[in-house]
Amino acid sequence: MNQSNSTSNDSSMLKPTKTRMQRFFSELLKAPFSAKLGMLVIVVYVIAAVFAPIIAPYGESEIVGKKYMLANDSFILGTDNLGRDTFTRIIYGARNTVGIALITTIYAFLLGGLTGIIAAVIGGWTDQLLSRTVDILMAIPALIFAMLLLSIFGTSVPSLILIIGLLDATRVFRLCRAVSLNVVVMDFVEAAKLRGEKIGWITIREILPCISAPLAAEFGIRFCFVFLTISALSFLGLGIQPPTADWGSMVRDTADLISFEDYTPLVPAAAIAILTLGVNFVVDWFLHKTSGLKDEF
Amino acid sequence: MSSDNNELLLEVKGLCIEGYSEDQWHQIVKGVDFSLNRGEILGLIGESGAGKSTIGIAAMGFAKPGCRIHGGSIKFDGLELTTATEEEKRRLRGARIAYVAQSAAASFNPAHRLIDQFSEPVIQHGIGNREQAYADAKALYAKIKMPNPDTIGFRYPHQVSGGQLQRAMTAMALACRPDLIIFDEPTTALDVTTQIEVLATIKSIVDQFNTAAIYITHDLAVVAQMADKIKVLRNGESVEESETRSMLCDPQQDYTKSLWAVRSFRKTEQTIDAASTPLIKIENISAIYPGTSKLVLKDVNFEIRRNETVAVVGESGSGKSTLARVITGLLKPVQGSIHFEGEVLPADYRNRDHKQLQNIQMIYQMADTAINPHHKICDIIGRPLSFYLGMEGEQKNRRLRELMEMIEMDPDQYLNRLPSELSGGQKQRICIARALAANPSFIICDEVTSALDQLVAEGILRLLDRLQQEFNLAYLFITHDLATVSAIADKVVVMLQGEVVEQGPKNEVFEPPFHEYTELLLSSVPEMDPDWMTRVIAERQAKGKGGLESSGN
Repeated sequence: MNQSNSTSNDSSMLKPTKTRMQRFFSELLKAPFSAKLGMLVIVVYVIAAVFAPIIAPYGESEIVGKKYMLANDSFILGTDNLGRDTFTRIIYGARNTVGIALITTIYAFLLGGLTGIIAAVIGGWTDQLLSRTVDILMAIPALIFAMLLLSIFGTSVPSLILIIGLLDATRVFRLCRAVSLNVVVMDFVEAAKLRGEKIGWITIREILPCISAPLAAEFGIRFCFVFLTISALSFLGLGIQPPTADWGSMVRDTADLISFEDYTPLVPAAAIAILTLGVNFVVDWFLHKTSGLKDEF
Repeated sequence: MSSDNNELLLEVKGLCIEGYSEDQWHQIVKGVDFSLNRGEILGLIGESGAGKSTIGIAAMGFAKPGCRIHGGSIKFDGLELTTATEEEKRRLRGARIAYVAQSAAASFNPAHRLIDQFSEPVIQHGIGNREQAYADAKALYAKIKMPNPDTIGFRYPHQVSGGQLQRAMTAMALACRPDLIIFDEPTTALDVTTQIEVLATIKSIVDQFNTAAIYITHDLAVVAQMADKIKVLRNGESVEESETRSMLCDPQQDYTKSLWAVRSFRKTEQTIDAASTPLIKIENISAIYPGTSKLVLKDVNFEIRRNETVAVVGESGSGKSTLARVITGLLKPVQGSIHFEGEVLPADYRNRDHKQLQNIQMIYQMADTAINPHHKICDIIGRPLSFYLGMEGEQKNRRLRELMEMIEMDPDQYLNRLPSELSGGQKQRICIARALAANPSFIICDEVTSALDQLVAEGILRLLDRLQQEFNLAYLFITHDLATVSAIADKVVVMLQGEVVEQGPKNEVFEPPFHEYTELLLSSVPEMDPDWMTRVIAERQAKGKGGLESSGN
C-alpha cells in the first residue's frame, strides 16, 4: 500500500527500521567463516549447473578419447570407462543430480508441508488419518522402500522424483505438524477462525510465515538427504539412467579403478561430499540464528 | 520500621547498565543511587522498561545476557560487586543475596521436588547437610502457612497451586538466611485473594529474620504495604525517593503524581434502555471441557444491552474465560443458549454466518499472541475490512487511517510496521482497531489490561470508554482486577467455580450488604494506605475465617 513512507516518515526517536534486504545483507556479512565457505561452495555448484554447456569442454555423453585415460592437457580429470571426459561429466552431473534433488525437495516440501499444517489446524480425524498414514510409510526403511517402488514403477526421472519426494514428504510432514501445533494454539489463529477465515487462508497467511525459519533450515538438510539418496540409488543402478551424467553412477562406473590406485572414482564422490558439507555449514549457521530469535514469537 | 540497627548493607552509586541491541550499546540504567540498611525494604516502582528488574539483578552483581554493568559501584557489605571475581560473587548469591522471580511456575525446575530445590543452595554453600535442610524447609513451610508443611515439600512444582508455589519460592530464598532478598514482582501473576496471602507471608518473614529486601513492582498499592521507602524510576533514571508515607501523601514530581492519579479514572455514565431487547442474552449456560466431566460453567444467566459494560469478575479458574469461549462459539455448551438481539446463535462458530461473526468481536489478554508477528499493521487491521466489508484500494486505505486515528496512533508512522516494532500498549490498541474494523456491536474484552502497566492500562480503558460512546458498543469485560471493574463497569457479574454468585448494577454489588465471596474479593484489593494489609489480616483473623484457606484448594 503506502510502501513509500515506510522508512522515510519514521521520526528520530524511533529505532531505525532496516528493510529486510539490508538486514539480510548485514547478517550475511556477520556469518562465521564456515557458513561463508558453505555459501561459496553452493554458488560455485549453482554456476556449474546453470552454465554447464558453456563451461564444459565437451558434450555430455560424447566419446572424445580412449578409455580410462589419465589426466592430461586435453582431459584435465582424465576419461571414464567409455572414453568420455570426466570433467565434462562432473559439470553436467551438477546440473542433473542437483537439479533433480532440488525439484524433489521442493515437491516433498509442498506435499509434506501443506498436509502437515492442515493436520495441525484441523486436528481430529483428519490429523489421525494423515499422521497414521505417514507413520506407516515411515515404518519401512526409506532406501529399501524406494528401491522397491522404483523397480515396480520403472526408473524414469519423473518416477524417481515422485517416489523420493513422497518418502521425504513424510519427514517434512512430521516437522511441519509439530511446529504448527505450537502456532495453532496462538490467539491470532483463534481470532482468524472466529473471523470466519477458510482453512487455506489460515494455513498460508497465518501459520506459514511463523514457521518459515525452521522450515528453511529443514529444507537445506532435506536437500542433502534427497541428493544423497539419488546418488545412492544411481550407484545401485536404480537412479538416473545412462547416458545422463550423474555423480552416483559415475562413482559406480569407475569404482573398479580404486583397486589400481586411480583417483578417478573419488572425483564425483568428492563432488557429492563437498556439496553436502557446504549445505550443512550454511544450515548450521541458519539454525543457530533462528534458534536465537525464537523469542520473537 | 524494623531497622533498629542502622548498619549499611547495600550501597549503589551512579549505577549505569547498558544493553546491546541493533548492533550497538544503549544505556538502560542511567546513574541510579540508593542504599539499604539491614532489615529495610526498598520498593522500586515504575513502568515496564523503567529498568526496575535490571537494577534488582544488578544488586547481585549480575547482568542479564546482552547487558553489562557499565559504570558506578555496587557495594554489598563492604565488597565491591562490580569488580569482584565470579567466585566471590558465587559465594554471595543464594547464600547472602537471594532472588524471588515473578513467575514461580517458570522458575522452578519441574523435574525436581520442592524440598530438593530448597536444599540445593544450603548444601552447595556448605551451610548444612540434607537432613538439616529438610528439617529447616519443613519449619519454614509451617511458618509461611503452607498446608501440610511436613509433606508438601515432597511434591513436584506442578502439584501445588500458583500461590503456594510463590510462597515455596519465598521459603527457598530464605533457605540460607540471606541478608538481602530481591523480590521481582512476586505477586503480579496471582489473583487478589492469593496475592494478599503471599504479601502477608513475605512481610512477616522479612520482619522475623530482619532481612533487607528490594521489592520490585508496578503496583503502587502493593508497594505501599511492603516498603519502608520507595524509589520511583522512569526510563532508567531515578525520579524521586522518599519514605513510604511521605511518598504516598506528598509526591513531589509530576510523573509520580500521574502514577498516583491513575486509579481515579471513572467511565462516563451511559444511558441504557432497560426496556429494549438485550443485545446478548446468556441463558442457562452450562459447559464442560471435552474429555472431562467437571462442570466449568453451571447454569449461567445474564443479559447485556446496547451501550452497556458488563464486567465478569472472579479468580482464575472461576470460568470467566470459558464463558467467553462459549459466547464466541469456540466451546459448545452442554446446556443453554446464547441469544443475539433475540435470535439464538448457533452453538458452534463454524455454523455462524459472517454477519453474526462480525457482530461479536474479541480482544485478548496477550496482545503479543493475539496478532500475527509476521503481518504488518495495515494487514492486521485491513483484513476484517476486506473480509467483512469488501473494502479494497483507496476506500480501505482511508478507513485504515480513520481507524488508526481512532486508536490515537499516527497512521503514517505505524501502518507499515511489524508488531515487534510496537510497545505492549500499542499492540493492544491494534487489537482494538482490528475488533473495531469489523463494525461490531459487541466486544468481549478478556483481561485486556492485566498485562499492561497502570498508566498504559488507563489509556486503554479511556479509549474503550470513548469508543463505546461513539459507536454504542456493548462490552463484556472479563477481569480479576476490581480496580478496573469499578472504573469501567455498569453491571457486575461475580463468578466462583463456574457459578454466578452475585450480579447486578455496580453500585449494588460493590456496596453493602455484600455477598460473602464478593466481600472477600473486595477486601483483598490492596489500597494505597500503608496500614491496609495489617488491618485486613487482623480483621480476618478476628472473624476467624482466615483468608489463607481459599488458596488451599
